[in-house]
Amino acid sequence: MKLFPGGHLSRRKFLAGTGAVAAGLSLISRQAWCDETPKLNFYNWDTYIGETTLKDFKVASGINVKMDLFADNDELFAKLKVGNPGYDLIVPSSDYVERMILADMLMPLNDDMIPNRFNIQESFFDASFDPGRKYSLPYMWGTMGIGYRKSKMNSTPDSWKWLFDSDRYKGRCALLSEASDVLGAAFKYMGYSLNTKDPKIIKEAEKLLIKQKPNIKVFAPDNGQDLLLSGEVDITMEWNGDILQVMEEDPDISYIVPKEGSAVWEDALAIPKGAPHPENAHRFINFILEPSVGAKIADFIQYATPNKAAKQLMPESYSKNPAIYPSNETLSSCESSFYLGADVVRLYDEAWSRVLSA
Amino acid sequence: MMKQVGSHRLIFWLTFIPPTLWLLIFLLIPLSIIGSFSFSEKRGLIDIELSWILNNYIRAADLIYLSTLIKSIGVAGITTVICFLFGFPLALGIASAPPRWKSILLIAIILPFCVNLLIRTYALIAVFRTRGFFNFGLEWFADLINVPFEPLSLLYNDTAVILGLVYVHLPFMILPLYAGFEGFNKTLLEAALDLGASKLELLTSIIIPIITPSIISGCILVFIPALGSYLTPELLGGPNSQMIANVIERQFMNANDWPFGSALSMVLVYLTFGILALRYLCFNNLYLDKNKRRL
Repeated sequence: MKLFPGGHLSRRKFLAGTGAVAAGLSLISRQAWCDETPKLNFYNWDTYIGETTLKDFKVASGINVKMDLFADNDELFAKLKVGNPGYDLIVPSSDYVERMILADMLMPLNDDMIPNRFNIQESFFDASFDPGRKYSLPYMWGTMGIGYRKSKMNSTPDSWKWLFDSDRYKGRCALLSEASDVLGAAFKYMGYSLNTKDPKIIKEAEKLLIKQKPNIKVFAPDNGQDLLLSGEVDITMEWNGDILQVMEEDPDISYIVPKEGSAVWEDALAIPKGAPHPENAHRFINFILEPSVGAKIADFIQYATPNKAAKQLMPESYSKNPAIYPSNETLSSCESSFYLGADVVRLYDEAWSRVLSA
Repeated sequence: MMKQVGSHRLIFWLTFIPPTLWLLIFLLIPLSIIGSFSFSEKRGLIDIELSWILNNYIRAADLIYLSTLIKSIGVAGITTVICFLFGFPLALGIASAPPRWKSILLIAIILPFCVNLLIRTYALIAVFRTRGFFNFGLEWFADLINVPFEPLSLLYNDTAVILGLVYVHLPFMILPLYAGFEGFNKTLLEAALDLGASKLELLTSIIIPIITPSIISGCILVFIPALGSYLTPELLGGPNSQMIANVIERQFMNANDWPFGSALSMVLVYLTFGILALRYLCFNNLYLDKNKRRL
């Protein structure tokens, strides 16, 4: 009997909290651009880098990487919006890259210092959130979908219906707890765009969720995979990488992108304004884009790499895994989420507050 | 003579400055920042402009937020009542235990504070989830008496939140009550018994009136932090368990609306001040009543 099966029971959240405190306390010197000390302050998600990547980089370049962890994009954004506390490299998701560009929080990348950028698959350079990829380069990508326990399903849950419009799994299903994620999936189920701005449709989604609420056990703050693994729920809305981690431990768990389509996300590497060691950050980005380095990271964290050279080095169990690389047909039904402006964010939040207090 | 005054002055400043600085840096300045945010409006993604508007407070009076606030008050109230029902006999028991036991029992009450709240909450999850220790225990017992067993769903509802809050806040009730019982002149009880009081009368006309200030302190120490609790409803609550602190957190994070989040926070601060003012008034009335009786 294990106390915390899986071991990563919200480790992300917990570690991020302690890391954030540590970062807040440490006084980081602000060095000039030219004579950089061999240091790099990396602000990353938990379990989101290769086991030896930081050590390998130290051997290759002599630069010491200090890594702090954040739990979600909101934490990253809230931390940096009052001024960069000394981070050189951050990993925001695409819609937050867009927000940060709008708020003038990112430093343009110097392409000459990142020759390995040509290892990235061409399609990633066509990014609407960062036209021409002036400020960011893709790190990993994936999808949002449904994680489920095969033995407890009547049929493969290939539709959002089972989470949003059915009492078949009453008391055994969980949804994510962020307004935009849940509303976005509800929009997809109802046949609208993930990035809906229309107040009428938002209201419609709110009604759908309020109607479905009695069947939902919990809105899980990014720990749906743990609930699934511990048997608390049998079907949950989650990010593919999180479910992949528990699929390794329990072969009865599987992942699917619903047929109505879903969100496809990308986490990007970017350098925040006020970074004390921007040159080192460029060197580290270039190092990560090295095929062998990228492959080692992908092998450890099991997310889809946008690095085509690294992907070629990976075994078929990774590069042909539909939970990591969905089919083109599935992908064509998916959308990435955009920053929709303060007014729509407020509409979402108010709808979500009403859902939670209904 | 002069020297003595001088050293008094030094002692005065040495004891006066640290707490004043503490209050200034960690209470007054942050509170005034939040207070001024609450009258401000957002300008774009990052900037906040102090424009002395009341819009945030008007929005806070919206039905969604009011109902969440009322729900939070209800949850905190139930938590306080349960803490009192358990805390009163426990504190009485500890106060009347033999001295050697007293310290052991007190340590047992205080010891959980050595463990971080987050970890204690996760421990509760490990105990009460579907495949947790509590259900394992029940299953073992059901097997023993040969009854079919279906695991109970104990987490992710309001009961789990209240249970978590009681677990966390019980010491805040026990300790002031215990202090009240300790300072209690026990000969009063003997006198009352000699004069023919029943056990119930002992409780209602001697013990409770004397320790009323401790009861009020304990209730306030439980109610106020329970009202603003964030972690417990976030981790143990179900789809209905949102409390006001969870709404505030979302304004600072996901919704990126610091002015509105600040206004909601200030509403909680005003409520807290209100409760403390109420306590002050209650105490005054209590003393007045006593004086009247004496007259």
